[in-house]
Amino acid sequence: MDCIQSYVWIVPLMPLIGAVINLLLGRRLGNRVVGPLACLTVFISFCASTLLFLSLTKLPAESRSFTNLVYTWVLVGDFRAEVSFLVDPLSAVMILIVSGVGFLIHVYSIGYMHGDKNYSRYFGYLNLFVFAMLTLVLGDNLLLMFIGWEGVGLCSYLLIGFWFEDKKNAIAGMKAFIVNRVGDFGFMLGFLLLFWSLGKAGVWTIRFTELSANAHLLSAGMVTAITLLLFMGATGKSAQLPLYVWLPDAMAGPTPVSALIHAATMVTAGIYMIARMNFLYVLAPSAMTVVAVIGAATAFYAATIGLVQNDIKRVLAYSTISQLGYMFLGVGVGAYSAGIFHLMTHAFFKALLFMGAGSVMHGLSGELDLRNMGGLKEKMPRTYWTFLIATLAICGVPGLSGFFSKDEILWKAFSSDHGHWGLWLVGVLGAGLTAFYMFRVVFLAFFGESRTDKKAHESPGVMTIPLMILAALALVGGYVGVPEVLGGHNRFHHFLTPVFDRHTEVATHAHHSVGLELGLMVISVVVALAGIFIAYQMYIRHPEHPKALAERFPRLYNLLLNKYYVDEIYHAVFVRSLLGLNNLLARFDLGIIDGAVNGSAWLTKITAKWSGWWDNTFVDGAVNTTASAVISGGSVLRKTQTGRIQNYLLIAIIVIVVIMVVKII
Amino acid sequence: MSITLPSINLIAVAPLIVLVIFAFLALLSDLFVLRGKTALGGHLSLLGVIAASLFSFILWGIEDLTFQRMIILDRFSIFFNLLFLLSAALTILISYNYLKDQEMDYGEYYVLLLIATLGMMIMSAGTDLITIFLGLELMSISFYILAGFRRTRARSLEAALKYFLLGAFATGFLLYGIALIYGASGTTNLQGIVEFLKAQESPVNPVMLIGCGLLIVGFGFKVAVIPFHQWTPDVYEGAPTPITAFMSVGVKAAGFAALLRVLLIALGDLEPNWSGILWVIAVITMIVGNIVAIAQDNIKRMLAYSSIAQTAYVLVGFISGGELGMISVVFYLAIYTLMNIGAFSVVTMLEKKGEENLLIPGYVGVGFKHPLLGLAMAVFMFSLAGIPPTAGFIGKFYIFSAAVKSDYIGLAVIGVLCSVISAYYYLRVLVVMYMREPEGEVTPRNRSAAASLSITITAIGVLVLGIIPSSILELVRQAVRALI
Repeated sequence: MDCIQSYVWIVPLMPLIGAVINLLLGRRLGNRVVGPLACLTVFISFCASTLLFLSLTKLPAESRSFTNLVYTWVLVGDFRAEVSFLVDPLSAVMILIVSGVGFLIHVYSIGYMHGDKNYSRYFGYLNLFVFAMLTLVLGDNLLLMFIGWEGVGLCSYLLIGFWFEDKKNAIAGMKAFIVNRVGDFGFMLGFLLLFWSLGKAGVWTIRFTELSANAHLLSAGMVTAITLLLFMGATGKSAQLPLYVWLPDAMAGPTPVSALIHAATMVTAGIYMIARMNFLYVLAPSAMTVVAVIGAATAFYAATIGLVQNDIKRVLAYSTISQLGYMFLGVGVGAYSAGIFHLMTHAFFKALLFMGAGSVMHGLSGELDLRNMGGLKEKMPRTYWTFLIATLAICGVPGLSGFFSKDEILWKAFSSDHGHWGLWLVGVLGAGLTAFYMFRVVFLAFFGESRTDKKAHESPGVMTIPLMILAALALVGGYVGVPEVLGGHNRFHHFLTPVFDRHTEVATHAHHSVGLELGLMVISVVVALAGIFIAYQMYIRHPEHPKALAERFPRLYNLLLNKYYVDEIYHAVFVRSLLGLNNLLARFDLGIIDGAVNGSAWLTKITAKWSGWWDNTFVDGAVNTTASAVISGGSVLRKTQTGRIQNYLLIAIIVIVVIMVVKII
Repeated sequence: MSITLPSINLIAVAPLIVLVIFAFLALLSDLFVLRGKTALGGHLSLLGVIAASLFSFILWGIEDLTFQRMIILDRFSIFFNLLFLLSAALTILISYNYLKDQEMDYGEYYVLLLIATLGMMIMSAGTDLITIFLGLELMSISFYILAGFRRTRARSLEAALKYFLLGAFATGFLLYGIALIYGASGTTNLQGIVEFLKAQESPVNPVMLIGCGLLIVGFGFKVAVIPFHQWTPDVYEGAPTPITAFMSVGVKAAGFAALLRVLLIALGDLEPNWSGILWVIAVITMIVGNIVAIAQDNIKRMLAYSSIAQTAYVLVGFISGGELGMISVVFYLAIYTLMNIGAFSVVTMLEKKGEENLLIPGYVGVGFKHPLLGLAMAVFMFSLAGIPPTAGFIGKFYIFSAAVKSDYIGLAVIGVLCSVISAYYYLRVLVVMYMREPEGEVTPRNRSAAASLSITITAIGVLVLGIIPSSILELVRQAVRALI
């Protein structure tokens, strides 16, 4: 059994093999091989992950962690970076989610992408994506994590722009990549700063275990700076304020890709990273507050935008941003296991929601606009029921997975030492909005009269079976973490606790009464139910109300519909100013080139002599060649007359003089 | 009366001699073959490069100081020899078809290529300012001619002329610097300068400092750092593409090889005096090089600015100094050689006769029509942008960690920021290649087995160095140890 511990590398390697085969040989293998092969590789990873998980549970709770060294990658003096994988409760849970949900998405894709002309390329990228994400969560050092970090960014770029024939999609891919690079910049700086400041203290290392053991050597200000920079990276990757703008546009990719990005991979990277670096965050309370506040703000902010969007995938996108906000709220108040718990349940129901939306699109030949749907309940029963379960889960209806995880976060936001009732309140309000906009989608898409003439049909089994599996998970997935107050043991929490510094999660239960916890739970459930009720009133009982409301508050409605105009603002502020700087510098370079038109005569003479001599000596006397030489000689003269060279030298000499003067003074 | 001949160990310069012999053979062969069939000269040159590499390889581990302590044979010089010879070989491979296609099929081409390589090898082996200068001139003069080799093209001639004029100035600065250093210390031998500086009390003689400054300016021109870069875009654009490829890697590598010996070793004691200047130069070069590159539409100009920016990263490692810094410099130069020649090889392949097809929008759809070519270009662009798992990432990682370890945290931060910016223009090429439907026909004009071989070697090299860098790093470490 334990022999699996030396074969951790199988987990990331399998999808990589799949990617290489599919990308290089895919076209020759044909679609019948490509899809199953891609699924198989991820399935093997999933099996290996399960074995690893089981072997981990057999160990005593205190020593549930092992590393698997593959080879030494970089060795410089006393510093080494290894390709080495770390399996502990945190990464074990992550690889299970990534490979499990990833596998279901792969299977679903076989049906969804059927007939696409770039089938093999699609599966190649998908495999690569899973590989990158598995590397990210398994890496036992910052460098390997960073490789995965960049890798998922790259793959998302490739997949979002997959249907690049449409220019809009290619731009969306580019946007995702560039916004992510901004975040990555923060991550890299945090990385450098951590490396440098620990190095100053005498420890040159990037391995998590050693970083964790030596974190106390850092000064408080330094830790705050590092954690904030790392969090900047997380806001890019996990689409938080202010770097969330790429995620809604990422809808441009095929829908299963959205499911993969939103549920199993990519956006969860930021949460994972903060949970992994928890030993730094606990040393920086102010950074934790920033994380929690940004998380709560994003949870609420994105939910408000989700209220009025008409594109079904766009609503789901804002809901992802909002749910990620809850996860950050969780890790920000020190409830790391609650954050990861919500990450897991969210992976189930969000993958399900996206794949359900994909199924709807599939049935309605690509329709995305909620206003053109309606009445799909009868025509697509499996899609309807699974979508409904996911919706109930995300709304936090008691008994479903989302209820347990969201409630744990909200409770910790209220009760933890890092928490605050304000954070709790924002979270609860966001939950109400979530319930409203999610049921708005359900009512608009599946209830009422059909508002389209397209003939809807249920999707094939290869698509609906993954939906049903995920629906089962969304239903019962929460029972691994039933809180004590409801008579459970919260096994999920206890399993993860050894990873996180024990001090962070202890004293939270002690000084609050059971009654308070139950009371808050009831409040959040009531708020969610109220959201559902209002949605029912507005979209089933009185379908004319939404329009009237929009007409009554046109400014607010437009503000929300246009997503607070943030894209426009970013464009004006960042894109234009960078272009301006670019033009300025380019002009500086060209200005010298096009400088004085009246170049000096001596240069012209030299040039003439030079090209004349050149031509006379080398060119055979053929008339044609001479003619062309005259022409070329002429243009040489024209160009040199602009005085470029003198100006080049002038600059050089000025610089030299400056250097000399500075040095001598 | 008897004349005593100085004892000269020719073994130490065996690779150089081999190269010269083959250069002459190639020149002679040109007499006997019909015009337009210069492939023979190319074959001979390639053979010469391989032979010289073999000799260098055999000599690895042997150390010798010869020609009155003016030429050294050590692991450092051999490592650079191999690097130059590799660049030369790759350049020859991509030149075959290009020369035919562009109707500039003259035998001197290969001869000059070998002579330029010879110059580089002398630069990396020189332990005297005079030998280094000699190598530099040998190299530069060959390149002046090569840059203008497409002599029916105005732009090529313009490039040659510009390169020549500015190069002549650079030479002037360099020589003046050497003269001043000689004036102050009474020697041009690097070891002699070290001893002189050791014996000196502070403050240092200002003549020495001015000499040092002029040296930096002279080398600054050669390796193209801002503000001594202005010739670069024009020359890179105008010169025949294989020559641009060779120039962009060989000249820089040779310049840095000499700089390592001169600045870090011989003038190492003056470090406080020059590191500030280099710091400013590196920062400006990184920022301006990367930002201006964004605006370029012509791929050769884009790569020219990119190479300016890449030089700045090397400079960061250089400033960091110490063993780690030097390792990062040498290692990055090796990586840079592979990825830049690779990128230029692709450009060469896609160049068309008449219409040059050098504008980036002209690359539309190449990724579909020629998947392997597209893949190779993707590897090179990712590597230049420093994205894992390519060699460029490892190289940058080394440089920035050297900077961090030497407390140049500011340089590292600016470097990271600039490499984030640079992703934009490198990936733009890929976006065009992969994300737009081709409008017309895209056929690589210069498709040949030789050029494909060059692309294959470089692409595989970039990936292998990215995934298992330790093999080459060990050689680099030994090379740098020889220097210290």
